[in-house]
Parts: sequence; C-alpha cells; structure tokens
Amino acid sequence: MAFKKTRDVYFVSGGISKFAKARPEVTFQPMVKEAYDYALKDIGLENKQAQEVFDGSVASYFSDHFSRQLMAGIMIQDYLGLCPLPSHRVEAGGATGGVCFQEAYKNVASGVMDTCVAYGFETMSHVNTWKGNEFIALASDVSFDYPVGGFYSGYYAMMVVRHMQEFGTTVEQLAHVSVKNHINAFHNKYAQKRKRLTIKDVRNSEMVAWPLTMLDICVMSDGAACGILASEDGLKKIRKATGKDPKNLVKVTGIGRGTDAMRMSDRPHKKVILLAHEKASDYKDLKYPGIHSFRAGRTASKLAYEHAGIKDPLKEIDFVELHDAYTSSEIQTYEDMGLCKYGEGGKFVESGAPFLPNLDYGLGKLPRQGEMPVNPSGGLIACGHPVGATGLMQAVFALWQLQGSMKKHVGDDTIQVKNAKRGAIHSHAGTGTYVTVSILEKA
Amino acid sequence: MNIQAMTPAAEKIRLAETDDGTILFKVPFPKEMKDIQHMSPIIIKQPYHIDYIHSYGQDSPFFAGLANGKLLGTKCPKCKYTYGTPKAHCMECGSPTEWFELPEVGRIHTFTVCHRGGEEFLKETPFILVLVEWDKVDTLFLSRLVGVDTSKPSLKMVGMKIKAQFKRNAKFRPTDVYFVPAE
Repeated sequence: MAFKKTRDVYFVSGGISKFAKARPEVTFQPMVKEAYDYALKDIGLENKQAQEVFDGSVASYFSDHFSRQLMAGIMIQDYLGLCPLPSHRVEAGGATGGVCFQEAYKNVASGVMDTCVAYGFETMSHVNTWKGNEFIALASDVSFDYPVGGFYSGYYAMMVVRHMQEFGTTVEQLAHVSVKNHINAFHNKYAQKRKRLTIKDVRNSEMVAWPLTMLDICVMSDGAACGILASEDGLKKIRKATGKDPKNLVKVTGIGRGTDAMRMSDRPHKKVILLAHEKASDYKDLKYPGIHSFRAGRTASKLAYEHAGIKDPLKEIDFVELHDAYTSSEIQTYEDMGLCKYGEGGKFVESGAPFLPNLDYGLGKLPRQGEMPVNPSGGLIACGHPVGATGLMQAVFALWQLQGSMKKHVGDDTIQVKNAKRGAIHSHAGTGTYVTVSILEKA
Repeated sequence: MNIQAMTPAAEKIRLAETDDGTILFKVPFPKEMKDIQHMSPIIIKQPYHIDYIHSYGQDSPFFAGLANGKLLGTKCPKCKYTYGTPKAHCMECGSPTEWFELPEVGRIHTFTVCHRGGEEFLKETPFILVLVEWDKVDTLFLSRLVGVDTSKPSLKMVGMKIKAQFKRNAKFRPTDVYFVPAE
C-alpha cells in the first residue's frame, strides 16, 4: 500500500487506571475519568479547558455483554464533560484498544480534528470467570464453533499445539514468556499480578487447556486507559491553554492493521507474506498461515513498517509492547512481527532476546538478553486485560518508555528501556482476526 | 503432635461460597452527609436469561445432514476450493458453492484437552477439541474427539486417523457429529 503524506500526529499524554480483578466501588465512567484526569494533569491541562482544547474523542470497549449497558461510550463522553464534541465507539474484539488508538490517529492525521482523546475500558468482574469465558467465546462462530465447546484458551491451545508440531516449540519456551512478563511487572505498580515465578511454577500450575496452564493465560480485569493525540495546531491549542510547551513529545509514525477469518478452520495454507528483510527461500516448505501463525499480525506489521520506513524491525525498533493474552501468542507474535523468522519464536525467547537486560530472571545467563525487550511493562499476562483498555494501556506504557518517564509514572525505573527512540505496540483480537501494529517515535 | 502441625494453614480453610448474593431490605446510612462518601458500594444481582432465536440460514443443510448421519462440506464449482466447514460463498473467488459429503475418515490437524471451559461446558470437562483435516479438502473442521485418554495428551496424536460418528437423536448443533479413533 502506498501511504500518502498526512499531517504529523503527536501522542502528548496518557493515563491508566490501576487494573484490578474487580472495582465494585465505581461504575465505568469514573474509572475512565481516573485515566483521563491523569492524562490531563500530566500536561497541565485543567478539566474545564477540555472544551476549548479537544476536538473530539473515540471510545473503546469490547463487550456489551460484560457491561450490560448499550451505548456506554456516550455515558463516558458526558461524564468527562466532553459533550457535545464528536465521538464514536469502536469494537474489534481484543484489538479494540489498538483500533481506537489508530482511529484517533486518523482523526488527527486527516485534519478532521487537531486534538483527539482516545479512551477505553472494560468491566469484566460482573460475571464469574467461567461465565466470562462463555461471553468471550461468543467471539467465535456461534453456528459452528461456540457450541462445540466455546473456550478461547482451548482455541489458543490448538494453535500452539500446531506450532509445537510444526516448529518444535516447547512448553518450557512458553513458560519463559510467563516468567519474563511477571517479573517485569514486579516493577510496575499498575500491574494486576506482580510475581517472581520460575519455569517450574508455570508448568506446575493448574492445567487449563493442554498445554496451557493458568500461568500461561492472562486474567480478567476491570480497568480503563486514555491517550491524547494532537497535530502541530493541536499542540498550539494545548500551549495556549496551559501556558507552556508540551514537553517530551512522541510521534506516531506508522499504523498497520490486518484481518483473518473468524473460524480457525477457514484459515488458508498458502505462502508466507514476506517482510522487507525476508526472502521466499526462508520458507520453502511452510504452509501459511495455517493455524500456527497470524496472517493478520503479519499484515499489520508489514503495513506499519512500510508506513514508518522500517526495513529490519529487530535492528530498528528499541522495544515492543505486544498482546500476550497467552504465552503462546507472544511467541507467535515475535514471528509475525519479524523479530525472528517463522518457527524460531521459541528459540528467540529462550535466547533471552525479549528479556530486559538489567533484570535477574533466575534463569542464569541468557546469551542474547536485552536485545529486544518485549513487554517490559509485564504485558497482558501480568498487567491484566480489561479488553477495551488494553490496547490503550500498551500505547501509554510505550509513550512513557519513549519519554524516559517510567520512574515518574510507574514508580520504578527498573523497567525503563534505556535511550528508547522507537517502539512498536501490537493489539490482537481472538483468534487472530483483527490485529493492529502502531509505531511510536521520540519526536 | 501439636495442633498447629495437624491443621492446614488457616487461609487454606474455606467455607464453600456461591455467587448467589442476598436480598437486601435496609442499608445503614450515615447521620452526617459528609460521611456518605465512605459508604461501601451496594451490589445487587440482576438475572439475565434470554431465549434467543438463532437461524442457521444458508448453513441449515449442514445440520439437516448431521441429523441424517451425513457430514457435509461445500465446494466451489468455479475455482474448486473445498471447505471442510461449509461456506455458502467461496472466500477465494466469490462464487456460490455446492454441497458435498466429506469422507468419513480424517486426521487430527491439531487438538487440545480442555480442563476448564465456558460455564455452559464446564460440566463436560475434561473434553478434547480437534481440528480435523482431510486429503483434498482445503479447510478444516472443529469437533470433539472421544474414546481417547484425556490424561495423556501428546504431540503423537497429531496426524492420527479419526472417524466421524453421529448422535442418534440430533440436537441440531455441530456436536451432532463427533470423532473417534479410526484405528
């Protein structure tokens, strides 16, 4: 795709509510307001200035079943005092937050708005975990898939079994992801689960869907997140309202999105979609995507890299926040994003490449430790996954990484990626149906 | 032996709980309005049951097939792409597809053993999900596998030959067909 030149878009500020299993003391509107107020405060904006500074918003939440409130978006818009500004809700399963971020980007890049607020939430605590799993499984074909035993962990387990069969990926390699992300989260006060785990702990925890255990899978959460995007003219409006220049600017330099068939059974077995640094001979005998790989994730990466002018992601990106709803999907995503070749995701994590360089994970010396930190925040597995907020949470963590402001915001600079200049965020809807990749850079 | 050594850690002892909730008639209210913000949230239970009328629409012949002991897929007459799970229109070329009967015996393309599940299926755990593949059929089919030990999953099961079997009393759900080992 040829990207036409559009306006520069800056990501100026963000906020996150502390993700938790349940937030019974608030309904969703004040929860979003926590994240929104934090984002405003960070650039010195006052609530009453919102109407003069903001041109509109995009709302992100996944499930009307979980909220049991249709049109929740407008109830946030009014609670934040943003009526009568334009707004709409987006929905794209687990990638809802990633799509929301990109829609806000488009509002600004296209010139429709100079400033746009992206906010999202999910409240998953209003039903028990297994009813929640039933709701989530309704995001599979209700004629052919759901009635057979609708369970997302089962679907992802089938995908990783095929990955293991095809490429020799091991359950210990999956467990590396869980150890890494939980230990990273140990230093992130926003994370829901902050634990020091071992490979053994992961393998010995309760089996959910073979070979995935409880510690291979993210949990359900209540939470919200918010981001503020602006054009050059938008920055001027913020400057006028606050009397100071927005500092530590981050630019959105690439967006990409891809799709695949809802039913896993419908996924084709054809040729690999190649990234700029790959050749067809790398994958002579590989049938693609099958159910071991995510064609949507590869397409999203390819488009985002082309947009941002990235030729070799491993060399040109400093860190990645990606959608690790399952340890297995983190490994599959390394490959989709071209951090390693298809089939090498298990070895990639085992080598230490996606671990932070400065942390002790109890795994001894890892040969490539710190080469490409993935999910320095702790990812979904440890931070939680309030679906509509998740993609925005990743965006906010990436913003803080690029600003070098992790200590200020998460209270610990252990997980600050040093001199990070460019980061990628990746948001994924089950079972690989919608995937977004966005590239953020220090301005 | 002292009592402490005999008793499991206190936090491990739990009275079984349900999420039934309770009926609330009165709630304490502070005398001073300034204390009102310290109230705990009031949480009530709202039942949410519906009978939803779902039509299988264009896919109805598949379910009629299952009720008559036939597993049906579709085939594109134009580009010959073949669907193990029916699609009424070809994803490759857009043409209307035609129905055909799938072979009785297929192979496990991949599988899992579910020890947990959505609430509706919890009572059936552990159960095995399989994606079935057939020669000369381009796409797969999701089903249950029975007659295999759920306590010993292994990658060796991938590629195993399995055979379709049908419920005698059709429920008009995709589980009217399930698979068993073929050899």
